[in-house]
Amino acid sequence: MAPDTKHLEVTLETQVESVNLAEEMCLRVAEAAGFGEDDCYRIGMSVREGVINAFLTVIRSAREKKIYLAVDLTSDKMIIHVLDEGTGFKLSDVPDPLAEENLLSTSGRGIFLMRAFMDEFDVLSGRTGGAEIVMSKKLPAPGSTPANGQGGQSATPQQEA
Amino acid sequence: MVVDFSGRITLGEGSALMRKTIRGLLEDQRTKILLNLADVDYIDSSGIGELVSGFTAVKNRSGDLKLLHLTKKVRDLLQITKLFTVFDVYTDEPTALRSFNS
Repeated sequence: MAPDTKHLEVTLETQVESVNLAEEMCLRVAEAAGFGEDDCYRIGMSVREGVINAFLTVIRSAREKKIYLAVDLTSDKMIIHVLDEGTGFKLSDVPDPLAEENLLSTSGRGIFLMRAFMDEFDVLSGRTGGAEIVMSKKLPAPGSTPANGQGGQSATPQQEA
Repeated sequence: MVVDFSGRITLGEGSALMRKTIRGLLEDQRTKILLNLADVDYIDSSGIGELVSGFTAVKNRSGDLKLLHLTKKVRDLLQITKLFTVFDVYTDEPTALRSFNS
């Protein structure tokens, strides 16, 4: 690791709350790194989707398994790793959610969104035997627009007659 | 039936609430559903999946599920996932409501 790289690592429980926690944590890092509102949204969404992917992979086997999230802030980019303790998967096996036959699928869009929102994206075989998602976004140029955060509450429906 | 959602439709409570709401309407034989998403500022892949699931469930009952007042983020997500071509999306409520009778 380069001497000017800042590193943050957290071990997450396999539960829904971990998705929000991971998103919040990475949003704070992204904001502090100077990313603008749109990029923060894309980074937050990508982290969210990465942890959801790990959550859904792990929860099929055993809830006591962990999800590992790591963030590296180098001099030119923010790199995010999401590692699970599942059995791993190959990107080539992931169906294309834009294919006509998959448009009405109720799942399978997370990988697509991460690819769309980040500058670099890959899935490796992790040290745990599970999948390790590695994705990065280039830091904004100095002097660009300051960042704003994302927030909100869970959806609440109100019915009208 | 117009249903106003607000906040985040994400993995967990938001998605579950949407599923419960749409299933509840179908149980009450309400098969013409307009989801007003004007105050939904965030939706993730689970929320998108729930929208698609609701759309399919309503279609299977020979009904219609349409969307009203998308925020920019939700609109952009539906566009990049090509779902904007699947859903009927409206920007004004009277037109949307009339479309159910056409």
